This record gives sequence, C-alpha cells and structure tokens, in this order.
Amino acid sequence: MPEFATDGGPTAARESGSPGSVEPPGSGGAGAAVRSEDPPGSRDATGPASPSSGQPVKFYQVGSFAVGNRLLDPSYRTVQSDALRTNALDSGHRACQGCGEALGARYALDAAMRATGGSMVAVNATGCLEVFSTPYPESSWRIPWLHSLFGNTPAVATGVAAALRVKGRPEVRVVGQAGDGGTVDIGFGCLSGMFERNDDVLFICYDNEAYMNTGVQRSAATPPAARTATTEAVGDEPGNPFGQGKNLPVLAMAHDIPYVATATVADLHDLERKVERAMEIRGARYLHLFVPCPLGWGAAPRDTIRLARLAKETGLFPVFEAEHGVVTAVSQIRRQVPVEEYLRPQGRYRHLFDPADPDGPPARPETVRRIQEIADRNIARYGLVGPAGSDAPGEAGPSDPSGRPYETGEAR
Amino acid sequence: MEEPFAITLDPGSSRANRTGSWRVERPVYVDRLPPCNDACPAGENIQRWLYAAEDGSYEAAWRSLVEDSPLPAVMGRICYHPCETACNRAQLDETVGIHGLERFLGDQAIEHGWGLAAPPADSGRQVLVVGSGPAGLSAAYHLRRAGHRVTIRESADRPGGMLRYGIPAYRLPRPVLDAEIDRIVATGITLECGQPVADLAETMTSEPWDAVFVAVGAQRGRDAGIPAGDSARILDAVTLLRGMEDQAPPMLGRRVAVYGGGNTALDAARTARRLGATDTVVIYRRTRDRMPAHESEVEDALDEGVRMRWLSTIARVEQGSLLLERMVLDEHGFPQPTGELEELGADTVVLALGQESDLSLVERVPGIEIADGVVRVGSDLMTGRAGLFAGGDMIDPASADRPPEERTATVAIGHGKRAARAIDAWLAGRRPEPVPRHEIAGFDHLNTWYYSDAPPTVQPRLDLARRQSTFDEVVGGLDESTALFEARRCLSCGNCFECDNCFGVCPDNAVVKLGPGLRYRFDYDYCKGCGICVEECPCGAIVMEPEQV
Repeated sequence: MPEFATDGGPTAARESGSPGSVEPPGSGGAGAAVRSEDPPGSRDATGPASPSSGQPVKFYQVGSFAVGNRLLDPSYRTVQSDALRTNALDSGHRACQGCGEALGARYALDAAMRATGGSMVAVNATGCLEVFSTPYPESSWRIPWLHSLFGNTPAVATGVAAALRVKGRPEVRVVGQAGDGGTVDIGFGCLSGMFERNDDVLFICYDNEAYMNTGVQRSAATPPAARTATTEAVGDEPGNPFGQGKNLPVLAMAHDIPYVATATVADLHDLERKVERAMEIRGARYLHLFVPCPLGWGAAPRDTIRLARLAKETGLFPVFEAEHGVVTAVSQIRRQVPVEEYLRPQGRYRHLFDPADPDGPPARPETVRRIQEIADRNIARYGLVGPAGSDAPGEAGPSDPSGRPYETGEAR
Repeated sequence: MEEPFAITLDPGSSRANRTGSWRVERPVYVDRLPPCNDACPAGENIQRWLYAAEDGSYEAAWRSLVEDSPLPAVMGRICYHPCETACNRAQLDETVGIHGLERFLGDQAIEHGWGLAAPPADSGRQVLVVGSGPAGLSAAYHLRRAGHRVTIRESADRPGGMLRYGIPAYRLPRPVLDAEIDRIVATGITLECGQPVADLAETMTSEPWDAVFVAVGAQRGRDAGIPAGDSARILDAVTLLRGMEDQAPPMLGRRVAVYGGGNTALDAARTARRLGATDTVVIYRRTRDRMPAHESEVEDALDEGVRMRWLSTIARVEQGSLLLERMVLDEHGFPQPTGELEELGADTVVLALGQESDLSLVERVPGIEIADGVVRVGSDLMTGRAGLFAGGDMIDPASADRPPEERTATVAIGHGKRAARAIDAWLAGRRPEPVPRHEIAGFDHLNTWYYSDAPPTVQPRLDLARRQSTFDEVVGGLDESTALFEARRCLSCGNCFECDNCFGVCPDNAVVKLGPGLRYRFDYDYCKGCGICVEECPCGAIVMEPEQV
C-alpha cells in the first residue's frame, strides 16, 4: 500500500456510503485494494481456456493495446473505435499539430458522453483548450459547453450541477476541465472547495506541464530540469528547480473524494474505463490526464503518444486510481525503460545532453540521475513493476469477457 | 432570426476552418510486402490468408491460400517454411507457426471436402505437362484455372513424383497426398499415369500441343564411384525411398550406413531405422553446421537414435563392413583426407550424394540448352525451344536473370505457378506481366507496443517408440483452438488489419472509418500532417509523403 494511503488518518472522516457517493454493485467499499467486479471491457490476464487444449485464446494481433479489435464483440470495443463516436471536439480546431490535449479531451469527453448517454455539460477554464476550440464565432464543441474564467472553473461547474439539481435534472452530469495551470495553480482554491464539499462534478486536468497557451511559462506541474520561458536553461541548475511543484492527484486524494485517477493519452482502454468508472459515481471526482505538448516540450508532433507511453513506462508518471483516498489499482510498467529515453526526444531537456552529440552520454549525468530517482521512487511507492518476465497483470490484453473461446461477435 | 436575450449570433462550426492547409507532409496508406510473403518460393500471400483465419473463416482462408498453392495439406507438412525464417515475430518472441496453420487449413479442406473452383470458359488451347511432381501439379492447376485444357503425363504408376516416391510416409501420409492430387485433377485435368515420354521432340511434333511444361525432377541418385568388393551391398537413397512404395520394402539388414549430409540422407536413415535397422549411421565429410540438411531434420534423426559420423568419408565398402577415412577441414572449409582409417560394420551402404535428372527425353528437342546436367531456362522459365517451358529440379538453380533458388518442393510449386502464368501469356501472344513488388515491411516499420506477448504453439509429436518402428506421421496437427491462437499471433506486417489505431489517435478527427474490410481514408481537409497515425500504426501501413506545393 502506498505510503500516503490515508484511510484511518485524520482526513478519513468521510464514510464510503456518505451522501452524494454511490457505491457500484459489487464494490468492496473504500478499503478494498482491488475492485471485485470489473466493468465490461476490462482486461483479464488470461482468456478463457479452450476445451481441447487448455490453451487460452486471446485477441492478440488485433489489439490487445490498439484502439480497435475486429475480433471483439462491438459492445466491448473502445468508444474511439466507434465510427459514430461523439467527436466532442470537432475537426477544424486550431490546436497545434500532434496536440495531446486535443486528443485527450476528445478521448475523455467522448467516453463521458457514452457513459452518460449524452446528458452532459462541460465547463472549460481559460487556456489552450478553450482558445483553440472557440475562436469567435466558431466552436469545435459538439456538446453543451461553457467557458469560465481561468481560475473559477470548479466553482462554475459546482454552480451548474446545483442549478441542474434545482431544476430537477440530476441525470445531466457535469464535467469541469482545465489545463494544469488552471488546475494546480490558478484554480486550485476553487477546486479544493469543490472537493471539500464533494460536489457532483468530474474535474479533468489536462496536464501538459506548463502554461502553453501564453508561451510556455512554468506551472506548479512543470517537472524538474524542464526548460520553460520562465525557467530558462541557464545557471548551475538549468531549467525548473528540483523539489518544487504540486502533486495534484495526491492532493485530491487527501480530500478523500470518492474517485481520483490518473491516465495518459497512450492507454486509451485504461482512460476510457476510468472515465466510465468516474461517471458511475456521484460526488467529486478527479481525473488527471497526461497530455504531451509538442510545441512546449520541443518534441516532434508525431511523438505525442510515444512520449506519453514513455512517461508511464519510465515510472515518471504513475498511472493509478484511488477511491476515498486509497489507491485501488495501479497500471504496471510493461516494458521498463530508463528516463533518458523519455528525456532525449524533448527540446525542453536538451541542456541535459551534449548538443554536438545528442545521442551520446548525458552532458549532465547528475541531473539525469536525479530524474531517474524520481521515477524509481514512483515505482517503489506505487508498485509499478510486476513480477519479472511477465506481462503485468491486467496488461495481457483483452479477452472476450463473455467467455466464448474463439467465436466472434461479428465476422469482422 | 429570433435569438434569446443578449445572443446575436448562432455558433458556427470550426469545420469552416480547413486546417489541412497547415500540412507540409501527408500521411498515405500503403501495403508493404510482409517478409513471409517475400520469402515464400511458392508466392503465397500468407499474411492475407492468416488474416482470414484469425476470425475463424477457415474456408475463406483456404480459398485465399489455394490461389497460389494447390497443395496446402502437403506443403504444410513438408515445406521447410522459409516464411517462418523471415517472420518478424521472431524478433518479438518466436516466429508464427505458419506451416502448422497451412497444414490445418489443408486438413480442414480435406475433412470438409472443399472443392476448387471450376475453371472459367475454355480457351481451346491444349497444354501438356510432363511429370506429376509438385512443379507439374502446380503448373497444371494454374493452367487449368486459366481455362486451358491440360494433360499430365506421368511415367510412374501413380502421380506425385518425389512427393510420393521421395518423401517418407511418416512425414507425408499418402492419403493426404492422394486427396490433394485428386482435388486438382477434379478441376478437369487429364492424368495419364504409366505413360513415360521418351522423346519430347517427337511428342511435340506428332501431337497437337500448343505448349508444353516439362518437370521430370531429379530422380537418379548420384554415384560416387566408391571402391567396393563384389558382394558389398550398396544402394542409393532414391531407390530405397522409391522402394518403400512397393509391396515389399527393401531388405537392409541390421546395420545401415548412409553416406551424405542432405535431407535425403536423413530421410534414408530414418526410413532404415523404421525398417528395423538397430544401428543406423550417417556418414558425412564435413561438420554438422555445414550439413545441407535442415536442422530440424537432423534433430529428428538424432532423437530417433540415428548416429552421426562427421568428418568422415567412405574409402572402401566390403561385405558386412566399410572403411572410413577421417577428414579435417582446411582453411577454406573444404574437407581434406588425413589417411587415418577405421573399420565400421555395415550390412548395407545407402548413398545419398545428391540427385540428377534424366534428361534423355529433352536431349533431341531443337534449341534446348543443357549444361551441367540441367536445362537452361529464361526468367519466364521457357527453354530455348519456343513453347517448351521447364521447372522444378531439372532446371538450372540459378541463372543470369533469375535469383538462386533451393531445390525444394516449394520452389517447384513456385515454378509451376510462374510457368503457368508465362504459358498463359505466351499462348495469348503477351509478355508475362511483371508483378510489382512492394517495399518489404521490416521489423523497423512496426510499432510492437500494440502486440502483446504470445508464446508459440507447439505441435504434438509422436512418441519415440512409435517413431522408431512405424511409418505413422511424426508431427501432429493443430486443433481448431490452437490454430486460431497461432493465426492471431500474426503481426500483419505492412498490411492494415483494421485495428482502428489511426482512426483513434488522430487529434483532428481526420481519419474516416469506412467499415469492415474497407479500411480507412484520410480527410485531407483537416489532417494537419502531425504523423501520429504513422508512428502509432502497429503494422507499418502508413507513410508520410512530402506535400506537393
């Protein structure tokens, strides 16, 4: 159990069955380490055994990890593989090439739209996501959508939820969303209040680790050593200082809210399942979504998903979920890599390497070592590395949950 | 328009903003050539039939397979599967067991009685195929599919050539061979067995053939001229294996020495073991790693108790014994004699020193070129005589305009297909159309993150006691679930398998999903050219191309 588990601690006053919190059927309650009943589409380590050979038949080729899977029954496929998905964020938006935030927003909101049957309102803080999606008089949003100030989005979302309740429309769900600046810095007071009151809002933070819209200034989510416009790569310790910043998923857990999860745009199955899970619960929920920014990070647009994957596979971005302040599930590292592999493709870490030999040994090995220490600490803290040599549990790819050994729902 | 209070304008859609104009590179869907297909001498589209098999559409998979190779149950058993040697999955865990699947589909077809499609309208052209080995059967099948009237003339009593008279039954059960040959013949081919062609020049002038394909194979064992006493018992491996099809199998005695290091030597040794030889030794001049035999054959022979004598030659054969000379490899890897001699007890010596073709039937054909015991052919497999094509073991294994090839049944099947295509073109007065080859989908083109670990399926093997005493088939087949498991291990290198990744990962919704089997289309009005789809395509079926300005 991670060291910050707070059940029984001073902030653990809220009971799992408290008002505003709905337990899913079969849930083991607040203290359960692993949910006993997974929603459809969750992954088993092995599929059903075939009767004749005992060898499990799985859906290897197509997609254990890919977006779609022609061999899987359509009802178990991802939202994004559906030709009729909402496309909450439509084409023509002005996000940069390869924008991770645009991708993450569509992933999360399309999943939320399916989970709520389309009864949903989104409240959006000022920031990239707002600016690139709604230049007057155009909008990319195909959902009810409100723009708020940079800092008051959680409060506005709370108000929308309250208004819907008063109007007798509690089935309409509310999502608040902001970038990392609007969440961890400017909006944090309002967000903490929203958590503390357990308001019925799913708040999504699209974390690209700096204020990208205004020109890549440091936020409290900017990682150590990263260059930004306000933490230039100069001096003895170039880039953002070590030892600062806020770990917002952990802060959210400290509020003991019903649901906190982290996810990346590199694992769509995991992300969609978490959104779906969040929408099953009433009360304050928080999703911290890791979305690489090619422009702000000085990375190739094509590498957006690869970088998100590397952030998870190095251990720098732990992917987990927690209920009522207790970590209940962790996405384990599947192919562990040293942090260098994550740092090298990014211009914001260029000063750590030799400009004359960018593929050679680090120019600042001590800094790289300290970043590796952060990853190692996450790995130990969350138990990110499973038994050696195995595909981590829950990572071995989907089998058909209906238990049919090798029939398929549709021919293709 | 009536608007609510303080609202002056309806919201417009961002679709008015054609972000495709930002693009400097565009993604384009491609089909690359999977390494398995590239390596298949018979030109099978392996990736395509595996794709069909993955969802259990075995008949569709089989129909796709037999478009190239009409003998899947046979080839799934005896082919040395160069496809698997090339398979990209080997770099991930282990190669996909393609041969096991080919055999499974072939066996399914026999079990369910799937027939080959009836040929199209009769072309009226008559083609003679001489020899009913893999090359002849393949050529006849493809010629028939093109609508020609085909006659196969075979000198032996039964068809199949070396498939029947060279490959032991424990590797290829005869009912399987018979079923697949019957199915080919049933497409309307005239099969004349026991009809040797003595002089093809005469046949071609006295009979009304529009074209002829000759593939008589290499049926004669090579003789090393080993000094031997009068009563020494020496026979060659071809005769031994051929004799297995007779009523009474050859008598070999208890101690059998096989001389040679190729696959035929091991077939002979394993056959001798099954005929009751308790002591079977393979004698080879060089070392194990230089043996031309395939590694799996060596393993199987050793498992069955066949002994190996490397770096040895036979100096002399007497009745009941032979004299071995030890060899050493020189710096060029050639074996050199040492003069050290040793006696070895052996009731029979079997020579497996390679085979050669009996080319007497084509010697008098005007224009034909014969050199080093093989017939010279062009890239279209036509000999020097117009209208006479040749393939299989009797043609030169490499020439100026053809890449070097092994001498295997699979290569012969490929020859038959190519010759049929060339004959069809020649009869129509066309040049054979060159088949465009796509760029090979190398391992570097794949994003293997999206494939999860999947250990290969092991085919069951007959227990050793029965392998040493009976001619029962050694290697078992896959059952339906293991076949499906194995098919799904295919990475679909270089060919879209509709995993929806490009459709899912596009931040601009610029990929249009066209529905099952129809793949996807890029919406270039909105594609900004970020290239995420290229990076995240598991199988390397998208490339970026510079935008034309």
